[in-house]
Amino acid sequence: MSTLLRAALITLAAIAATFGLDPFRNYQLATAAGVFAAVAGLTVLIGLTGQLSLGHAVLMAAGGYGYAAAATAVEDTAPDAAVLLTGLAGAAAASAALGLLLGLAAARLRGPYLAGLTLALVIALPSAANVLPLGGEQGRSAPFLPVPEALAALIAVEQWHAWLAILISAAAVTPLVLLRAGRPGLRMRAVLGDETAAALCGAHPGRVKTGAFVASAVPAGLGGAILAVATQQVAPGGYGLAFSLMLVVAAVIGGLGSIGGAAIGSLLVVTLPWLVDTAVEAVPADLGQRLNGNLAVLLFGTVVIATTLARPDGLAGLLTRLRGARPAPPDAPEPRPTASPTAMPSTNTER
Amino acid sequence: MRTPSRTTTAAALAAATAIALAACSTPGDDGTPGVTDDTVTIGTHQPLTGPAAAGYSTISAATSAYFAYLNDQGGIHGRDIEYIVKDDAYDPSTTQTVVRELVTEDRVLAIVNGLGTPTHSTVLDYLDEQGVPDLFVSSGSLTWNQPGVYPNTFAFNADYVTEGAALAQYATEQRPDAAICVLGQDDDYGEGILEGVETVIDGNAITEIQTYSTANEDVTAQIGAMMAAGCEVNILGTINGFTAMAVGTAAALDWFPQWYVSSSGGDYPTLVGYLGEDVAPALLQGMVSVNYLPFSPDDPWVGLFRQINDEYNDGAPFTGNTVFGMSVGYLFAEALAAAGEDPTRESLVAALESGELLGNGIVPLSYGEDDHAAYRSVGVTVVDEGVQDYVGTVYSVTSGQVSTVEAEPVPLENEGVPQAPGNQDE
Amino acid sequence: MDRLVFLLATGLARGAVLALFALSLVIVWRAARVVNFAQAAMAVCAVYTAFALTAASGSYWLGLAGGLAAGALLGAAVERGLMRRLPHLTPLPGMICAIGLVMVLQSGLAIAFGPEHRPMRPPFSQSPFMIGGTPVLSPYDLFVLVTAAAAMGAFALLFTGTSLGLRLRAAAFAPETSRLLGVRVPRMVTIGWTLSVATAALAALLLVPTELGLNPHAADLLFVNAFAVAVIGGLDSPTGALLAGLGVGVLVSLTTGYVSASAAPLAVLALLTVVLLLRPGGLFAAREARRA
Repeated sequence: MSTLLRAALITLAAIAATFGLDPFRNYQLATAAGVFAAVAGLTVLIGLTGQLSLGHAVLMAAGGYGYAAAATAVEDTAPDAAVLLTGLAGAAAASAALGLLLGLAAARLRGPYLAGLTLALVIALPSAANVLPLGGEQGRSAPFLPVPEALAALIAVEQWHAWLAILISAAAVTPLVLLRAGRPGLRMRAVLGDETAAALCGAHPGRVKTGAFVASAVPAGLGGAILAVATQQVAPGGYGLAFSLMLVVAAVIGGLGSIGGAAIGSLLVVTLPWLVDTAVEAVPADLGQRLNGNLAVLLFGTVVIATTLARPDGLAGLLTRLRGARPAPPDAPEPRPTASPTAMPSTNTER
Repeated sequence: MRTPSRTTTAAALAAATAIALAACSTPGDDGTPGVTDDTVTIGTHQPLTGPAAAGYSTISAATSAYFAYLNDQGGIHGRDIEYIVKDDAYDPSTTQTVVRELVTEDRVLAIVNGLGTPTHSTVLDYLDEQGVPDLFVSSGSLTWNQPGVYPNTFAFNADYVTEGAALAQYATEQRPDAAICVLGQDDDYGEGILEGVETVIDGNAITEIQTYSTANEDVTAQIGAMMAAGCEVNILGTINGFTAMAVGTAAALDWFPQWYVSSSGGDYPTLVGYLGEDVAPALLQGMVSVNYLPFSPDDPWVGLFRQINDEYNDGAPFTGNTVFGMSVGYLFAEALAAAGEDPTRESLVAALESGELLGNGIVPLSYGEDDHAAYRSVGVTVVDEGVQDYVGTVYSVTSGQVSTVEAEPVPLENEGVPQAPGNQDE
Repeated sequence: MDRLVFLLATGLARGAVLALFALSLVIVWRAARVVNFAQAAMAVCAVYTAFALTAASGSYWLGLAGGLAAGALLGAAVERGLMRRLPHLTPLPGMICAIGLVMVLQSGLAIAFGPEHRPMRPPFSQSPFMIGGTPVLSPYDLFVLVTAAAAMGAFALLFTGTSLGLRLRAAAFAPETSRLLGVRVPRMVTIGWTLSVATAALAALLLVPTELGLNPHAADLLFVNAFAVAVIGGLDSPTGALLAGLGVGVLVSLTTGYVSASAAPLAVLALLTVVLLLRPGGLFAAREARRA
């Protein structure tokens, strides 16, 4: 039960932290929580089963649309709590369904082929938004959840949304931690290591991989729901190729398979562009019109490259070191059992 | 884990709450945001990077140049205007973040000229809740003109339906028997133009309707279909790049119909850039467009803007975007001047709704308490031997009815520096 | 019928460029077992070089040669300077690095040249020939088709008929064994990257004159579609890239013409899904040993 306790404590700490932040930072925290849920799912998927999904943004979008549809359906008749829960159920259902479809297809596909399929899915999202009743480019709006009466005097709207975001992402990510540490996680790693041997031991590779996909899709969908709660909007423009690739960047930079790494990665991806922007603004503005915006992207890309060169296994290793574990030599695999798959040579990876 | 940690956490939480409540920042009323004794700060979100930057990144540069000029002339009521431009790469979720940052961190007085329909529509509710004036949205969607729902939001562009109707009206007057076709972008822009055309021409009477997607830089299939259908007048709801592509593709097919283009895609200098100086005058001969801002080569506003462009904008290419950006800057300055010596958000909005602002277009602004649209009339421009100029026909579109009106260009006064009403030199 | 012929012809021309770019992805996959996510950005850098050379000298062909050279150099530089320093047990660090590289390259280009579209003039006319009143292919389209076919033929020959090709494939497939047999694996990987980016540069050079103009994002969609094409055809197969490229080009053209422009990405997704469900390794995948 220590996992649950740890999750509860971290959640409480995060909620306490919102008191120290101003509204804008709380908004950023809420979006970071949404991204964290998706990245956590993605890092478990890639880290434990080696399935490279470049389309998790679409799963988030599915969750967002599911939330918007379900919540607006009951908006006028139910109290806010019910609206939220119905919306979340809708988000989970939509993303699980899409995740199942993808997972069934993905189970047969290897590395770059799966990547190609998920990439095509992301590109097709704006198209789908036009063709299906999803509101086209404008997207769908989601209900605005005001601060409940009891707390209205205490906190502002952004803080309330940050609380909701933290709670939802905790609910989405904790099952992942349990999954990873338990038997399903073991099966996933077995399948990654050697599919034939795993099949002989009773872990059917197809089912395990599909299950892993669905298990990673639901947190992503809930992440999309969180974004819908914080922004009251779901539009295809917010779930494009760049965003989907950023999710993968966050997962890898944080450290594959590590939930703590997912937290680092998503915080980085959400705040780094803004940090860089602020740093760039400190530079005299007369350097030319063309630098505006572009310099920030340039610096962000440089940071990504530098981080990958310095720590290709991700930043989660730093966490272990900071906690005072035996300092690991830089090239050795992590001592924890949830090490990245680079530790395991295999004959049928994505190569 | 030791259970005492639960108690510790609870105690820590209680302590944190107490401290936070003590330091809790209820937005204190420390004066109007964005206004100090010598500056007024406003902000905008624009696509400065990403695929959409190509068409629009020059607008904010032009606006900034105008404000630089204005500040050098003394500003408005002795205050400099500071224009914070934030990049959203045309991504609606980035728009949400930068607009929130502008409102809560940079504490701007107003959001001015936010660009894009899918991007700006995501921040409408937020700006409304926060009571931030949302001025001169850079898009022709009808969403910005809803005074009952969004009392602080004001449009600027002549909307797409108005332009489509005006183009169709001119087409039916100039070529009464021609086969008319429509090529539009596959979003609210193209739909708006089509809707405007359909108010003048019955839907069944349109020979061919085609759409294109910006994701696919190829309109060969669409042009081929229109050519096969025998179109003679093509009304385009396209952006500049795709206008050039349509005209160029048709020319390659040896087909030279008449082109009627909306203002968002009918800027002659930009089209020359795409098609090339050698062939553009011939290809674009007779191209009809509509516009509402000063345009003629000998117009005093254009002269002033060229001067400002050379001095304050590094001599960047002078295109329709330059005129657009500077006109928006001028309009804001005019509104600020009318808002009084000590402007507030309310006085700014009131100044706009007073209906006394003129702007700098070929017709005066139509802002009022019940109308947050700026331009309900557009003038027809035609390209003749490499020069794009107004031909004198001006249409006004109200409630789906098109009527011909007289142009009433707003004269240039005081070298483009607005003065407070009642202070103007006669 | 006319419309069909017209759409087919347009689709073939567009598809040839797709096939060529997909070929470049196949090359880098066969040589280094990675998919280079920075392929589009690097190709666009090469096109900017070509653009600058053509503007300075007035000759399209000089620009073309310069662009190819620039692409080759860039490929070698990135491989040597960046990719080599990353662990290759999984493709992920390389992918993330490539994503960062894309940001650096595209923003660098935007800072240096500005985001505006810069139209590029094609060397041949783009007016289509008329066969029985129906516009078919233009001289430029034919040039594209011929160039793409020639490049593909050359690579097919290289990979299957020369010892260099054999060494390239061996180095990718079994690096340790090849090393033992005297193949200089690192050099083979560099050569693979060089050839790949040069091919991508060629594809981008052929594409840009038909689009709105050169800008830092000119090849983004080309990359995504070409990736889908390479996957459909099978990442190991140049023939697959060719046929899938032409097929997808025609599919997009027909969908745009008969359905709507917005539906094209959905059609590609549908094709991709169907192909992968039937043949998970792509249409022309090498047969894998049955495992269990």
